[in-house]
Amino acid sequence: MTKLLEWISVISAVFAVWYSLIGGYVKHPMIENNMNIVLVSPIIFVLLFGLYAVTVVLYRVFTFNNCEEAAKELQVEIAEARKDLLDKGLKW
Amino acid sequence: MAATSLDSEITKSDKYSILLPTYNERENLPIIIWLIMKYLDKSGYDFEVIIIDDGSPDGTLDVAKQLQKIYGSSKIVLRPREKKLGLGTAYIHGIKHATGNFIIIMDADLSHHPKFIPKFIELQREHDYDLVSGTRYKDGGGVHGWDFKRKLISRGANFVTQLLLRPGASDLTGSFRLYKKDVLQKLIDSCVSKGYVFQMEMIIRARQLDYTIGEVPITFVDRVYGESKLGGSEIFQFAKALLYLFATT
Repeated sequence: MTKLLEWISVISAVFAVWYSLIGGYVKHPMIENNMNIVLVSPIIFVLLFGLYAVTVVLYRVFTFNNCEEAAKELQVEIAEARKDLLDKGLKW
Repeated sequence: MAATSLDSEITKSDKYSILLPTYNERENLPIIIWLIMKYLDKSGYDFEVIIIDDGSPDGTLDVAKQLQKIYGSSKIVLRPREKKLGLGTAYIHGIKHATGNFIIIMDADLSHHPKFIPKFIELQREHDYDLVSGTRYKDGGGVHGWDFKRKLISRGANFVTQLLLRPGASDLTGSFRLYKKDVLQKLIDSCVSKGYVFQMEMIIRARQLDYTIGEVPITFVDRVYGESKLGGSEIFQFAKALLYLFATT
C-alpha cells in the first residue's frame, strides 16, 4: 500500500466516526450535549497539530548544532593540507 | 563456527571505493584527497578514490592528475567524463570502474569530512547494514554556516518528509553514505528522479526493498570555497519529488 493510500484509509476511518457522531447515528447524551465541539473537532485537531508542528520545527531550528568546533578544526586541517601538498610538489 | 571464519575472510578482503563526482572543485579536491588519505591510511582499510570529473573548465582534472602522481594510481583512480551529465549517471559510471565491494559516496566540496568514513565502516560491520547514511539531524550531528532561514527550510522540509514518508532514516537529502555495491546498483536502477532529490529517493527505495539502514551523526560544514545553493527551484523539485514518492511508494 502506498503512503497516499495509508493516509486516505486512516482519514476515511476517522471521518466515518465523526460523521456517525454528527449525523446522530450514535445516540448518547454526552455527544448531544457537546454537539458544537463535536462539529468543530476536526478543525480543533488540525489547529492543534499545526501548533505541535510549528513548535517542534522551531525547537529543532533553535537547537540545530552549529558545529563551531568542526568548522575550526577543518580550517586548521586545510592549512595543514596546503602546506603538506605544497611540500609534495602540488601546484594549484 | 565455519561462518565465523568465513566472515573474517570476507572482512579481510573488504575494499571501499570512494566515489567523488567533481565539477569545478579545483580548490577543494586536493584538500579532500589529503583528508581521505589522513584518516583512511591510519585506519588500515583497503580503499580507492575514484574521481569522476565532468569536464570542469577550471582544470580540476589537471589537479587530479597531479594528485594521482603523489598518491599513486592504485589509490587515486581517474574516470573523467566529457561533460556535465548529472549525479545519478556519475555513480553508475563510478560503480562500473569500482574494484571495492563497498561504495562510499560523498561531496568533494569539504562539507563532508572524511573523518566519519571509519565510523561508517565500523557501524556497517557491527550490524551488517546494507547502507549507512550520515545524518545532520541526530545528536552529535549538525550544520555549520546556515542562517535562520536555511535552517527553517531544512527542518521544515525534514518534518514534512518524516510525517508523509516515514522513511526510517533521519537525513534524506544528505549525500554522505556507504553502500554495499550490489545494493547501490539495485537502488540506482530503481530510481527515477534526477538532481539532488535523487538522494531522497534512494533512501525511500531502500526502505521499500527492505534494506537495512544505519546512521552516523555527521557535522556538515557548508561550502568553505564557492557558493552553496538553495533557491526556489530546489524547493519546487523537492516538493514534487516528495509528492511523487508519497503517491507511489
